[in-house]
Amino acid sequence: MNRPAVHALLSHWRAHPLQLMTLLTGIALATCLWSAVQAINTEARASYDRANAQLAIGQFDELRASGSLIPLSRYSELRRAGWQVAAILEGRLRADGRSVRLMGVDMVAYPALPAISQIEQSADAPNPADMLTAPGRLLMSPKLAPLFQSADGFPPVITSTALPPDLVLTDIGVAENLLNQPGQISRLVILPDQPRGVPPLSEIASDLQRITPSTQLDTAQLTDSFHLNLSAFGLLSFAVGLFIVHGTVGLAFAQRRGTIRTLRALGLPMRNLIWIGLSELLLLALIGGVFGLVLGYFLAGALIPDVAATLRGLYGAPIDGQMSLRPRWVAAGLAMATGGTLAASGHALWRLSRMPILAGPGLQAWGGGKASALITGMCGLALLAAGAIAYFTFGGLIAGFALLAGVLTGAALLLPLLLSAVLALFIQRAKTPVSQWVLADMRAQLPGLSLALMALLLALAANIGVGTMVSSFRLTFTGWLDQRLTSELYVTAADDTQAADITEWLAPRVSAILPIRSTELAHETGPLFLYGIVDHESYRLNWPLIAEGPDVWDNVLNHGAVLINEQLARRADLWPGDTVAITPEHILQIAGVYSDYGNPTGQAIVSMPLLNQIAPNTETRRFGVRVAPDQASDLVQSLRAQFDLSPTAVVQQAAMKARSMAIFEKTFVITSALNVLTLGVAGFAILTSLLTLWTQRLPQVAPVWALGLTRAQLARLEVLRSVLLAALTACLALPLGLILAWVLLTIINVQAFGWRLPMQLFPGDWLALFLLTLAAAVLAAALPALRLLRLPPAALLRVFASER
Amino acid sequence: MSVRAFIIFVLLPITSWAQGYAGLGGSAEGFTRPVPGYSFQFPMDHGPHPSYRIEWWYLTANLKDAEGRDYGIQWTLFRSALKPSEAEGWQSPQIWMGHAAVTTPENHYFAERLSRGGIGQAGVTADPFEAWIDEWHMRGDDLNTLSLTANGSDFGYDLKLAAQGPLVFHGDAGYSVKSADGQASYYYSQPFFAVEGILHLPDQDVEVTGKGWLDREWSSQPLAQDQSGWDWFSLSFDSGDKLMAFRLRGDRGDFTAATWIDSNGQTMPLPDGSVMLDPLESTRVAQRDVPTRWRVSLLDHNVDVEVSALTPKAWMGTRFEYWEGPVTVSGSHAGRGYLEMTGY
Repeated sequence: MNRPAVHALLSHWRAHPLQLMTLLTGIALATCLWSAVQAINTEARASYDRANAQLAIGQFDELRASGSLIPLSRYSELRRAGWQVAAILEGRLRADGRSVRLMGVDMVAYPALPAISQIEQSADAPNPADMLTAPGRLLMSPKLAPLFQSADGFPPVITSTALPPDLVLTDIGVAENLLNQPGQISRLVILPDQPRGVPPLSEIASDLQRITPSTQLDTAQLTDSFHLNLSAFGLLSFAVGLFIVHGTVGLAFAQRRGTIRTLRALGLPMRNLIWIGLSELLLLALIGGVFGLVLGYFLAGALIPDVAATLRGLYGAPIDGQMSLRPRWVAAGLAMATGGTLAASGHALWRLSRMPILAGPGLQAWGGGKASALITGMCGLALLAAGAIAYFTFGGLIAGFALLAGVLTGAALLLPLLLSAVLALFIQRAKTPVSQWVLADMRAQLPGLSLALMALLLALAANIGVGTMVSSFRLTFTGWLDQRLTSELYVTAADDTQAADITEWLAPRVSAILPIRSTELAHETGPLFLYGIVDHESYRLNWPLIAEGPDVWDNVLNHGAVLINEQLARRADLWPGDTVAITPEHILQIAGVYSDYGNPTGQAIVSMPLLNQIAPNTETRRFGVRVAPDQASDLVQSLRAQFDLSPTAVVQQAAMKARSMAIFEKTFVITSALNVLTLGVAGFAILTSLLTLWTQRLPQVAPVWALGLTRAQLARLEVLRSVLLAALTACLALPLGLILAWVLLTIINVQAFGWRLPMQLFPGDWLALFLLTLAAAVLAAALPALRLLRLPPAALLRVFASER
Repeated sequence: MSVRAFIIFVLLPITSWAQGYAGLGGSAEGFTRPVPGYSFQFPMDHGPHPSYRIEWWYLTANLKDAEGRDYGIQWTLFRSALKPSEAEGWQSPQIWMGHAAVTTPENHYFAERLSRGGIGQAGVTADPFEAWIDEWHMRGDDLNTLSLTANGSDFGYDLKLAAQGPLVFHGDAGYSVKSADGQASYYYSQPFFAVEGILHLPDQDVEVTGKGWLDREWSSQPLAQDQSGWDWFSLSFDSGDKLMAFRLRGDRGDFTAATWIDSNGQTMPLPDGSVMLDPLESTRVAQRDVPTRWRVSLLDHNVDVEVSALTPKAWMGTRFEYWEGPVTVSGSHAGRGYLEMTGY
């Protein structure tokens, strides 16, 4: 009995290949987007872990000297006092026009670096003598190796996949030669095991600052928000994908009711039927899941270079931009696929199990009562309230997301109730019988369509919200770039001497030379970059201040006050009038706060004399040049020729802006990609829902047809109904999307990136989205309408003859 | 003592770079080789010899507290040269490694330190004498009176050493042969230290007294290619006589050597084959079987004793692992001593 039953049930798919495709596509889409986001996040986290393990960031305390390097003798003194510290010298290494981070570690005293362990375990482990004595070896990821293998003047290269992609690791003895900083140390890592009886650091190293991991810039912590963002999108796409599954499975079971009735009448027990249905779903879930995983793998592979660029640009977080297939990821993806499929099909299976043995296709196959709509609505309200309460009670990033989740799901659950109310209002106003019927019919169909409409609502709201955020950001960012990049040329010299020569050469040819000098200091909030400026109207007129005290520029330039960037201001809650300890000896008055987009670290600006006082050895290699814009290009040519400068050493303002904008665009490319995909999935969900409803609608359409409406009229009304529902949903999505944008701009961004942006509105975008939605609704309704149009009158007549 | 420890190039930070102790048989190109007939110059020779590949200052002591409980301590500073030269700062090719341990009847505590030369973190000066790495040091005006200190995270010691006998020279007046192929080192000892001071144990400080034995050895190629490890004994009998004996284990058979030291410091070198070292019982420690009870016999001096580890689990789980701990001696002679075993 079971075999023929399986054959009979599966023959449905042979007869409806499109439906099978739809179902598999739904599962695959849900799995694909979710898994792609997971893969990206996993890769990124693996990269951070590697980097953190390498650099001991976030693991061990460190000692730093504010504003300067630590002399070697301090290291030996601390060691001779018993303190187990490891010396690290860091700097930038330039090869072939590219600059990468060089980290020199005392590999004798700090041998437990993972990269070292990996290399030593490899077959061609280098001789330690080669590593530790001149010329030494450079360790780097395989991707970086060609850069240094082809360039002259570098020690031989050893590759290790355990290293972050932007870092060259070597022994400190090699690093001091490459960086020309003999006997200097950037920081001392305090190793975990200290001997008994060491004197307190406050006694023997009061000149050094102890930085604990919690206040260090922790990549994982910083980027958490970004990944949370991605995860939220992945989950949203997953949910929307499941709407498709839900619609298709419902349709398949509804269409097979006749077969099922026959099988049961022939004696097949319900229990067997359920098992067959369940196995069928599991099989489909696995097939769809595998498809989804393959797609997800390639999608992630395609997106990860952009994500990597984003994370590098925003946080300086190192990512390999490479995918590896992890068994856990495959297992999790398949589990999500089967779990999701079963969850989405539970309703259909449950209904199957409750079906009376001889029941025909019901009139209200999908119907939920009024009560259930009310309960759904109540749940929606509760979720809205919970989200708001979470936000106001806890605050912070997670609370921001909780608010978002509450608002989005709450609004989605309220949607059927709202639409029903709106339609009821329309019915009261409706004059003609046909319009009354159309509206009443729509209202009757709402329960069956509501899931698809919820999907549409979420997708539209996400689109509006994210679109508003990105566009607001773009507008602000462009304006900010114009303010910030005022110099016509930006020059980077090879060293201080060349910089002095260039300055001398430029002086008679340009209107102003603005040195850009900075030094990295250790601050309690993490690394702090201190810049010095000279008095010039470029700053006074253009610098983008978001908060300022009186006489801000006079205070900074003449009275030893400081400007800080927004990131530092928000992180430490410092505003004009407060003081900030740039170093323990330099506690300065804050004169103003400036916006500083795209920068993860704290920054401060003081006058040039004060910078010299705080960090006397700051190099003077970079400067901006003010010159009449029409002379800029010529000046670049002659400057390059005169000093044999590489193209990257002299950059024009326009190129600088273009580069900044390119980084910006990459930042949101993944967001936009997921956005479009989600909307597509939602449109697909409406199509499947309408197709499902279609099979159950004949008994309702037939009487209207019998009353004299033509099939063409009915088909038009079919399309009209779909468009009207989509339009109503889109109207409700607009406020929801704006709430989303507001939360993103004022809560999530501030938490995640450390800056706040003014929200700007883009009605043109909304209109485009609205039209797109209507087009999608027309497309989704086209197929059912076409079927109606081609339906033989006999089929409509048979409704009266047999089905009732 | 001999080849003791190690070696390494060993010192290398990178564990697996050393292909086990067999790496000691590596070539000695560019380094000075020991030759017979060397005339020791003191105090200069208490200091380092950078043109030789490896060198150590190796002190062990058997101690007792007021209640008569036995303890042992080890303090070792190894030097290993990557190149036969010295340079300033981080450029120095001289690598230093310190090992310290305290063994009680129940526990074995150990710690390890690493440094390179040239930066002041570790080194040895001959006059006044000081050997140090980090805060660990062994120092005095000369080698006769020394203060000794070392610390781990949960133990440490502060001891005073006073020499009560002369330096003794092993092998042919300090030229100690290590294999039938002629690998050799310069090797002398001060086995007559009286020791007193304090052991810092995790739960308490203990006042102790006892006897110490300092080994000085340097070479450039201490092991033959086929030799994979050694067993080294320093035994002090209650009679006042002492015995240093070692066995180098190789594919081509064992090579043994020993020095009989009478209570006045008169030495008698004993050639390959004179001393019999036979394992009687092994202990499972650190996933390997290590002989912790031995029969040591020396027919020439009517010695037939059993040597047993005070604490069989005295494993040095350092970057280059080995067993090192105090032993008790019974049989024809009673006494105490130290045992080191590598390559298991």
